[in-house]
Amino acid sequence: MSPSSVALVRRGRLRRIRRRRTVVAGLTVLLAVLFVTSLCVGHTVYPPYDALRVVLGDTVPGASFTVGRLRLPRVLTGALAGFAFGLAGATFQTLLRNMLASPDVIGISSGASAAAVFAIVVLGLGGTPVFLIAVPAGLAVALVIYLLTYRQGVLGVRLVLVGIGVGALLNSVVSYLLLRAPAWEVQEAMRWLTGSLGSAFWDGVGPLATGVLPLSAVLLLAGRSLTALQLGDDSARALGTRVGTSRLVLVLCAVGLTSLATATTGPIAFVAFLSGPVAHRLTGGNGSPLLPAALTGAALVLTADLIGQFAFDTRFPVGVVTGALGAPCLLWLLVRSRRTQGAL
Amino acid sequence: MTATRTLTVEAARFGYGGRTVIDGLDLRVPPGRVTVIVGANACGKSTLLRGMARLLAPERGAVLLDGKDIHRTPTRQVALALGLLPQSPAAPEGIAVADLVARGRNPHHSLLSRWTRADDAAVARAMEATGVLELADRPVDELSGGQRQRVWIAMALAQETDVLLLDEPTTYLDVTHQVEVLDLLTDLNHDRGTTVVMVLHDLNLAARYADHLVAVKDGALYATGDAAEVVTARTVADVFGLRAEVIEDPVSGAPLVLPLGRHRTLRRQGVSLTKR
Repeated sequence: MSPSSVALVRRGRLRRIRRRRTVVAGLTVLLAVLFVTSLCVGHTVYPPYDALRVVLGDTVPGASFTVGRLRLPRVLTGALAGFAFGLAGATFQTLLRNMLASPDVIGISSGASAAAVFAIVVLGLGGTPVFLIAVPAGLAVALVIYLLTYRQGVLGVRLVLVGIGVGALLNSVVSYLLLRAPAWEVQEAMRWLTGSLGSAFWDGVGPLATGVLPLSAVLLLAGRSLTALQLGDDSARALGTRVGTSRLVLVLCAVGLTSLATATTGPIAFVAFLSGPVAHRLTGGNGSPLLPAALTGAALVLTADLIGQFAFDTRFPVGVVTGALGAPCLLWLLVRSRRTQGAL
Repeated sequence: MTATRTLTVEAARFGYGGRTVIDGLDLRVPPGRVTVIVGANACGKSTLLRGMARLLAPERGAVLLDGKDIHRTPTRQVALALGLLPQSPAAPEGIAVADLVARGRNPHHSLLSRWTRADDAAVARAMEATGVLELADRPVDELSGGQRQRVWIAMALAQETDVLLLDEPTTYLDVTHQVEVLDLLTDLNHDRGTTVVMVLHDLNLAARYADHLVAVKDGALYATGDAAEVVTARTVADVFGLRAEVIEDPVSGAPLVLPLGRHRTLRRQGVSLTKR
C-alpha cells in the first residue's frame, strides 16, 4: 500500500466532512437570521439591536412587551418544534430506509392531535393540561402502531401502511370532535388539524424545551448507531452495533419528540416529512443526516410562519403554508422515488 | 496476523420462531483456511452462517470463538475478530465508496474516539486489495454490481478481522466477477492468513476454491473434508438430488460436476469419462 493511496482516501474524507460542516454552518446562520427577523418584523418593526437587547434581558419600552412577551415565545416554539419534527422525521426515514415513514405520515403525530382536541372540546381543558394529556397519548398511539406491526422485530412497509391506517382513523376522530364542538372552541382546536404558532406563549415554551433538548441530545449522540443501521440489521450487527437496543432508543426519542412538538403546535404539515430529504440534498448524504435535518426543520417552520403572517392580507397558520409548500415537494419526491425505490 | 482464531459450532440448534432449521450440528472451522459451505436451497446453509456470525442465536448449543460463546461476548468485541458480508446489505443513498468502506472501522471506535491515520490506512489498504481505490469518491449507487460487491468486501476487509464470513458473495455476478471475487478472497487468505468461511451456490467453484468443503443436507452436516473427498457423484445425488458425473477439472485438478439432466446428454455418458 502506497502513502498516496492513504492520502487519496484522507483527502476525499476531509472534503466530504467539509461539505457537511459548511451545510450545517450555513443552516445555523440562516436559522439565526430567520430568528432575528421574526423578532423584528410585525405590526411594529423594531431594529435588530432592540430585539437582541430584549432577548438578553434589557428593558426596552414597547419592544419588551411585543418582542419579549409575544414574538420571542412564538419564535422559540416554532424553532423548537421545527427542530423536533425535522430530527424525528429524519430518524424514522433513515431507520426504516423509506422516506414515507416520517412520523406525520405514519400516524404518530395524529395520536397527540386527537388527544389534544379531545381534551379541549370534551374535557374543556386548555394550556399545560392539554400538553400533559397529548404527549402520553402520542406515545400510546405509537405503541399501538408498533404492536400492530410487530412481527419478529421486522419493521418496514408494514409499519408505514399500519401507520397510515391508524392516522386516518384518528384524523376522523378529530374531525368528528370539531364538528360537535361549540364555535368558540373550534378556533382553539383547529390548530390540531393544521399546526399553528398562534397560541404560543411563554408557559408552553418551558415544557417543550425541557422535553426536546434532552431527547435531541440523545438522538444526535446516537447518530453513529443510526448510520450503522442504515446498512441493514445484519451489517450493523456485524459491525458491532447492538441493533435492538439502538433501534429502541432511536424510536423512543423520535416518538417523544414528535409527541412533544405536536402537543404544543399541532402537527405542522410536512415538516417532519420534508426536512430529511431537503437536508440530504444539501449534504449529499455524507455522515449522519440528523443535525442538518433538524436545522432544516427549524428553518422551514420559521420561514413558513413569516410567510403565513406577512405575505398575504389574511394571516395563515404556519401549517397551512408548510402544507402548500410541502405537497408539491411530496409529489416530486414520489416521482423521483421510483428511481431510488423509496430510500431517503 | 496469525491464524489462531478458532470458530466452532457445538451441538447447535437454529430456527426461526419455532421452526427448527438446524439441529444438533457440530462444526470446527479450520483456522487459516478457506471453508466453503454448500447445499441445496433451504437446506440451512445460510442459517448456519448467520448463526456463526451471531445474527441468529442458537436455541440450544453454542457457537464459540476462541472458546468463548459469541452470544455472550459483547458484540463489538466479536466484531473486532469476526467480519461478515451479509447476503443483501443496503448502501445509504449517495454515500461515497470510501465512506462506505470506512464504516468497516466502526468496531474500532467508541462514541468519542477520533478518526486516526491508522483508520485511513486500513481503509486504503482494503480498497487497494479489492481494486476499488480509483472509485473512492464515486457514489456507491452509481457502480455496477461487480464493483459494488467489491466495495462491500472492502468494507468487511477494513474491519481487519482474522475471520471473515461471507453469505453467497458471488450472487448476481457474472462468471468473470465471480472468479475475480473468489481469487480476491484466496489472496486474502494467502497473504494475511485470514480464515474465510463462505456459502456458495456454484458447486464447481466451491470445489475449486475450498480448502475445506462442508456439505449440508436438511439442516445437518452430510460430509466435510477436502473437495476431492466430498464432491462425489454420490454426494451430489444425496445432497442436491441430482444425477451427475464427477470428473477431474483439467484446469485446477479439483472435482468437476457435470449434471445429467433428462436432455442433451450423450448416450455413451459414463463410459469415456473418468469416474471418481
